[in-house]
Amino acid sequence: MRQEIRFSGLGGQGIITAAVILGRAAALYGGKHVVQTQSYGPEARGGASASAVIISDEPIHYPKVTEPHIYAIMSEEAYKKYGANASADAVMLVDPGYVTSRPDCTCYEVAATAEAKARLGKPVFANVIMLGGLLEATGIISYEALEHAVLDSVPKGTEENNKKALAIGMELVREQRP
Amino acid sequence: MTDKTEFLNGNTACAEGAIAAGCRFFAGYPITPSTEVAERMAARLPKVGGTFIQMEDELASMAAIIGGAWAGARTMTATSGPGFSLMMENIGYAAMTETPCVVVNVQRGGPSTGQPTMAAQGDMIQARFGSHGDYSIIALAPSSVQEMFDLTVKAFDLADRFRTPVFLMADETIGHMREKVILRGDVEIIPRRELGSDELPCKPDANGVPGFGTFGNGHGVHITGLTHDERGYPATDSAALHENLVRRQVGKIENFRNEIADVDIVNPDAEVIFISYGAPTRAVQQLLADYPGVYGHFNLRIVWPFPDAKLAEFRAAKAFVVPEMNLGQIAREVRMHTNVPVVTAPKLGGALHSVDELKHAADVAATATGTFTEVLL
Amino acid sequence: MTLEDWYRQDRLPHIYCAGCGNGTILNCTLRAVNELGLVQDRTTFVSGIGCSSRAAGYTSSDSLHTTHGRALPFATGVKLVKPENDVIVFTGDGDLSAIGGNHFIHACRRNIDLTVICMNNNIYGMTGGQGSPCTPYGAITTTTPYGMHEMPFDLCAVAEAAGANYVARWTSFHVKELTEAIRTGIETPGLSFIEVMAQCPTSFGSKNKMKQVSQMIDMFRTNAVLKGKAERDRAAGIPLAPGKFIVGELVRRSNPVLGGRP
Repeated sequence: MRQEIRFSGLGGQGIITAAVILGRAAALYGGKHVVQTQSYGPEARGGASASAVIISDEPIHYPKVTEPHIYAIMSEEAYKKYGANASADAVMLVDPGYVTSRPDCTCYEVAATAEAKARLGKPVFANVIMLGGLLEATGIISYEALEHAVLDSVPKGTEENNKKALAIGMELVREQRP
Repeated sequence: MTDKTEFLNGNTACAEGAIAAGCRFFAGYPITPSTEVAERMAARLPKVGGTFIQMEDELASMAAIIGGAWAGARTMTATSGPGFSLMMENIGYAAMTETPCVVVNVQRGGPSTGQPTMAAQGDMIQARFGSHGDYSIIALAPSSVQEMFDLTVKAFDLADRFRTPVFLMADETIGHMREKVILRGDVEIIPRRELGSDELPCKPDANGVPGFGTFGNGHGVHITGLTHDERGYPATDSAALHENLVRRQVGKIENFRNEIADVDIVNPDAEVIFISYGAPTRAVQQLLADYPGVYGHFNLRIVWPFPDAKLAEFRAAKAFVVPEMNLGQIAREVRMHTNVPVVTAPKLGGALHSVDELKHAADVAATATGTFTEVLL
Repeated sequence: MTLEDWYRQDRLPHIYCAGCGNGTILNCTLRAVNELGLVQDRTTFVSGIGCSSRAAGYTSSDSLHTTHGRALPFATGVKLVKPENDVIVFTGDGDLSAIGGNHFIHACRRNIDLTVICMNNNIYGMTGGQGSPCTPYGAITTTTPYGMHEMPFDLCAVAEAAGANYVARWTSFHVKELTEAIRTGIETPGLSFIEVMAQCPTSFGSKNKMKQVSQMIDMFRTNAVLKGKAERDRAAGIPLAPGKFIVGELVRRSNPVLGGRP
């Protein structure tokens, strides 16, 4: 089964890092086939930032996303560009501190930036909080695989806070489960 | 050395392939979308006893890797279209002096500065014919991150075997996407054939390739871009000598075009055959997966020299469809080697062909009668 | 090794016109190399395009005759792969300062351990005498038939400003001093730049009232001002007269070097 995940938001929110971590988790620790791509250039500077991950049990031929099933969105502008046309069966996570619109599909509010500041002291953990939420909302890979990839990717000394960030994201989604 | 599995982008995998192949000198100039190759080489080379240098421009980068090659190293540079244009001068010098070296071109939209961050395949003809005069080269085209590694290794072997510049004609899509890649630890390095003590430095062996007179190995060679005799000395006024030299240098590669062919031949009995290289190969593979058994696929990992004889393996071909991220550069080459109708399916702007677009091209091709048809996507 | 051993005997005689200064400069270079006892197989000559650049082909060690203006980046590649080698570059004023100007600046900035010998004949000699960036103001060439109306480069000042560790200027008349300067240049780590004013009686002299070789040599003797005298004059408030140029060792310093011997 081919699953397409779109991360989008603002430059500096760690959007691409989040996609790379998810891709790494699925590819190296989840036994999946993965392609991760991202937008480069002026559109990736300052303003919008977007990245995509395709995860599949089968080899992935077509490397570009066609219709994402899973969205993690961290700005209203990104919502308008990527989220507004999401299909009804998609799953979306939005940071309500930045995204005011809501889609028709299943949507979880993950106040990643606010929680990162309040509980971990720095907004830089917001993207890992989103990843935790995405894991809880979709179960797309195992927790162990994701934690492994997070710990591979983050600076030394931040491991505990990043693990907490994953837990915060998971908890935020769990609370909204119907 | 054991294999390592990593999750890397294509450009980084290319640099790792170069290191694995024994490349120990890289000279380059930053340019989007190839810069990650230089950045990885800058980080890695000092740790394996090699040297990285950022030159003042691509003219200088190309010059430096040729100088480094004569000093005995496996050498590489990486660039994109605008820089590739600047390298053409010394690419011709490398062809004339038969200098083994590897040039990576992560293609972006052109002409001129064009679309720096968008994928294209617009430099394929330039790769073959871009410098002045008659010569031949070898050009490879990867369509996955693993192939960025594997074909970089292969590029060095071909460069040394044929004593020629070899181009890795990647594109922004493959250079920037991340996939799982096995960094092979067991890469066998086949060294270039050193010039024998009783050999003239520019006298070819039976395969048309002279031994390599590495500087510092006692040969006292003189290397020049002027037309030269078998001693390597300038000899610019003999028509026969010049023609023999140029024909020999072209022939040493072209005569082996089907022997060194690196292709996939899928469903050879199909009637509509896709011919692709680089990123569009991925779209064609998706089409074949979505419509099993319907279409044939001729996937080229070596585009130049073009493996013309392999086209005959598609015995039932009624049309060759060539999706490219350019206005039909390789489609023209296909046309030269077949009487089967050729359908060029160009796509510009940076987006990869969609499966629906390829299906449409196939539908057009199924009824194509003209020798060369362009399908608008 | 003798001086003769440094010549590629089966390439001689060279292509230089009668009275050309380039042969003298090549001879001074090989004399310096021989006196220093350099190892032939650890010495590489690199050159660009032009009369000057044919010199590399007359040496018996490994040599790379490259493209126009690009000798320095080629030499950079050789030197960085084989830092134990002595790499000597032959170039000319057009090769080095017009088409190769940017490479010149950056090689000096890097202070890469090369010895660069520029045969400055003020003109493109090989192609029949076109103006170069070093053609003196007012001089007649085939592309400045009414007199050069642009100011020339001071190559040594460029090399100094860009960072070369050693800079000297002599003429093909100053054989002893030139040989000594090349020796010092080879021995000095970093980029050593030696500019040699060379007569081109065929293309430059003939158009500028110096048909005879002796007239060009006399011009060098008259116009070359030793560095010490130039400094004394300057201190006394006497400016360098038009047409005159300073000769001598202009810079010697020990800034950090790229590609030095291991």
